[in-house]
Amino acid sequence: MNTSRTALSRWSCALSLLLFASPVFAQAPAAAEQKPFKLGVVTFLSGAAAGPFGVPARNGAEVLVEALNGAKGPGAYAKKGLGGRPIELVFIDEAGGTTKQVSEYREIVQRQNVDAVIGYISSGDCLAVAPVAEELKKLTILFDCGTPRIFEDGSYKYLFRTTAPSTMDNVAAALYVTEMLPGARKIAGINQNYAWGQDSWADFEESMKVLRPATEVTTSQMPKLGAGQYGAEISALMAGRPDVIHSSFWGGDLDAFVLQAVPRGALKKSTAVLTCGETATHKLAGQIPDGTIIGARGPHGAYAPDIELNRWFRTIYQDRFVLSPNYPAYHMAQAILGLKTAYERAQGASAVAPSQDQVIAAFEGISFETPSGTIKMALGKGHQAIEETVYGRAKTVGGKLTFVNVKRYPAGKVNPPDGVKSADWIKTALKPGK
Amino acid sequence: MSPARRTALGLAATLLLAGIAAPLLPRWAGFLVTIAIAKALVALGLLLLMRTGLVSFGQGLYFAIGAYAAGVGADALEFTDAVPMVLLGAAAAGLVALVLGLLLARYRTIFFAMLSLAFSMILYGLLVQSSALGSTDGFNVAARTVFGLDVASPVGRFGVYGLAALVAFVGAVGIDRYLRSHLGRLAPAIRDNELRVEYMGASVRNVVHLHLVMAAVLAGAGGALTALAVGHVDPETAYWTTSGEFVFVAILSGTSSVAAPFAGALILELLRSFAYEHAPNTWQLVVGSVMLAVILFLPEGLWSVFRKRRRAAA
Amino acid sequence: MDTLVAVLVDGIIYASWLFIIAAGLTIVYGVMRILNMAHGSLYALGAYAAASLAGAWLRAGYAPMGSYAVLVLAALLVGVVVGPLVERGLLRFCYGRDEVVLVLVTYALFLILEDLIKLVWGVESYFVSEPYGLLGNVEFGPLSYPVYSAVMVVAAVVVGLALRWGIYGTRQGKLLVAVIHDREVSAALGINVNRIFLVTFALGTTLAALGGALTAPTVSVVPGMGVEVIVLAFAVVVIGGLGSMPGAAIGSLIVGLVRSSAVHWMPQVELFSIYLVMALVLAFRPRGLFVAVEARKI
Repeated sequence: MNTSRTALSRWSCALSLLLFASPVFAQAPAAAEQKPFKLGVVTFLSGAAAGPFGVPARNGAEVLVEALNGAKGPGAYAKKGLGGRPIELVFIDEAGGTTKQVSEYREIVQRQNVDAVIGYISSGDCLAVAPVAEELKKLTILFDCGTPRIFEDGSYKYLFRTTAPSTMDNVAAALYVTEMLPGARKIAGINQNYAWGQDSWADFEESMKVLRPATEVTTSQMPKLGAGQYGAEISALMAGRPDVIHSSFWGGDLDAFVLQAVPRGALKKSTAVLTCGETATHKLAGQIPDGTIIGARGPHGAYAPDIELNRWFRTIYQDRFVLSPNYPAYHMAQAILGLKTAYERAQGASAVAPSQDQVIAAFEGISFETPSGTIKMALGKGHQAIEETVYGRAKTVGGKLTFVNVKRYPAGKVNPPDGVKSADWIKTALKPGK
Repeated sequence: MSPARRTALGLAATLLLAGIAAPLLPRWAGFLVTIAIAKALVALGLLLLMRTGLVSFGQGLYFAIGAYAAGVGADALEFTDAVPMVLLGAAAAGLVALVLGLLLARYRTIFFAMLSLAFSMILYGLLVQSSALGSTDGFNVAARTVFGLDVASPVGRFGVYGLAALVAFVGAVGIDRYLRSHLGRLAPAIRDNELRVEYMGASVRNVVHLHLVMAAVLAGAGGALTALAVGHVDPETAYWTTSGEFVFVAILSGTSSVAAPFAGALILELLRSFAYEHAPNTWQLVVGSVMLAVILFLPEGLWSVFRKRRRAAA
Repeated sequence: MDTLVAVLVDGIIYASWLFIIAAGLTIVYGVMRILNMAHGSLYALGAYAAASLAGAWLRAGYAPMGSYAVLVLAALLVGVVVGPLVERGLLRFCYGRDEVVLVLVTYALFLILEDLIKLVWGVESYFVSEPYGLLGNVEFGPLSYPVYSAVMVVAAVVVGLALRWGIYGTRQGKLLVAVIHDREVSAALGINVNRIFLVTFALGTTLAALGGALTAPTVSVVPGMGVEVIVLAFAVVVIGGLGSMPGAAIGSLIVGLVRSSAVHWMPQVELFSIYLVMALVLAFRPRGLFVAVEARKI
């Protein structure tokens, strides 16, 4: 009997851990007027995506929210915080995979009671969080991930994305190539072997074949994400003597590819199209050969329009972090300013904070001003943004990288209309003469 | 009371209380516990293997197969209830282990670990290449009902949690009983000296093969439960870091009781969640340090804390 | 024909890079029975140290040719400082524990080092690309290779020969072999096993760091760069036979050539080609290519 009683105590001990350890930490929500708007922000703070994407995005959120809380925003954004309510940021690391992210999402929504979530750079995380946002009925704004699948395959009430899907990056790249390089016929690709790289190449290849039916693919290289060593891939690329090398590389992989390809002359003999090239240009200025085609996933960074809002954003960012903001920082600004616009429109002249449903109703289909120009929530029943996109060619002048032949593609030209899947749209709408 | 009955009773009591407490739990904790249970199921399979003297660095293979089978199978066979999805995941993983076991059962020590790792990485590569399954982005998995209850209903939303608790109960009691059976008692004998076991007339390879399949079934069920709880699967489930985490849970928990992986997995999940929240920039440092502390100061695993209490009380 | 040459050249360059890293992993396993999961972090540490020191050297305006020496020096520095620190400060408390527990200890160390590196260097990327292009290029038909790649190959050969001489040609090396064969008897015969362990781990760390330091000019040094390297080095060592130095050399060559063949001829299988080879080798040689069943070898 003695042993079984102690066994029971052992079980109850495990049990108490299993069941009661967790709720102890739950906190009672404090009710107060003008309490801060708690905003969960999820970006990569560790791993390979932290340096080029996650941390610039976090920095962008920090300086922007600080300025907004101090009522220092320009023009339409002069009101303090969100309609007078200060914004309180809660940062979460996006590293660790989808299971971890769904777990963290539930944690910040259900335990920390955030009022909204802005986040997710990885498309896998966006897809995984999307149904959970609906289940938990929490306003969630995807700020950077690119997969078109989210609003093409599903319909959401609580989910918004203030960035255009990645389709436009590769469609515009193909348009730019056909325009700038009339003789280019042989194309090759080097993209990371994961959904982003595979989709980017598929969209680019398809667009090129529609725009220029004589297009021939010499090779499509798909090295592992984070491989770092591209010697053999560069040889395989060079061996086919392509006119154009397409790459959606980013971060350390992009840096490594450029550093290894340039000394071997691979980017001189062929013109490289770097769809995410903008994140690397800040540091690779001396390396990128003149004529390389560089994208920024929209009118961001060096391609951002010369407007008051952009000048202001660049200044507050540079004052704190010295470097200029790159496109993930601009994407973050779009998400925050979109939320602010919707919130203040929902609030109107009233002094009472609007309900979440009111904010969502105001968010659907709005247009708002950002440092990258006007964003319109045009797709996915008003939940998915479209924006213009820009390509240009690198030219080093006196040790500084500049862009020439800059061409802007209006949002309507590089994004499918609402309700049409991008894969089908590329096949029909891009046909020459249309 | 026999030890087997005691374990069964203890687990039954846990399950009952878990069921009663489910609605009292905050919802995020319910999710966390479900995930911990799913991971613990994989670790339970590892416990069986470790008792046999084998450590697999490739349980992610069966975990991924369970998760994908639940997702793909549900689509193809039009399952809408969570229960057959989990059964399908477990069966698919068991089947794969049955085939791979023909080769794997011949391997021991680090070579067994590395060959399992190689298999799981091949699956990872295949999943990443298959754009029909969403490549690295994966796809969403959802069950409309659990035990016939609508998941949107007030009772049904605890369904996956309850299902996980039930599977955990069946798995833990089953493994506990098995370890006390004739065949099960061969496990430590194989670990200590295979030759002697062969001399006794038992087939070491068959026992190892059986244990591989059992561990795979548990891992498959864990994978299917994770897929249902998260609502999403992706190839990361087959990556070596996932497999490494399961070994972690198994070793940190200790192998002395079938309940150990459950307590260990829960503690690790809680630790990670709080490290994420309070040290978003240095959570790896926190988790790594705690792991080191456990290995250095609790050589028998976390469960030894409970054991010591018991010894002190006896 | 051109393609065949390219496959060989690319394969050998990749194999050289892998060998330097795998040699460190296999020597630590051979002597200490520790499968070091933190090997990739030590590799990253070498890359960071090299990028910082060589970067400082170049910015200070010293002779650019000297930067090659600085790269090697950085690796040595990491090996001499971090190696003993980890061995004395952590690993020695775990000797005698199960091999799998030791794997977990090094995994925990990997997590800790990843964050420590981030705390010291931040998440920004570091560059020292000058040494890569400094030596000029060699043309091969449509292809062109930087001479720096040859430096990598030479470094791998030098490391291999030096290890061979060190192990079989010196007194210390013979003591090492004795410890590999039987730790207890060696201790009983009066060999200072603790010191051998310390030296071995420092050596393993130096080799990992050297791999990182020589890679630094060809990449941007970023957080997480060590993660991919661990599994690759594991695959090499398992194919060759754990603890076997010739095995590490042959394993590197096999992996290098398989990978470059895949890249040139079948890019779609590149992702898992290495693991396929690993599974095949293990299926026919369960202990890897170079391990005799009866004795532990290096």
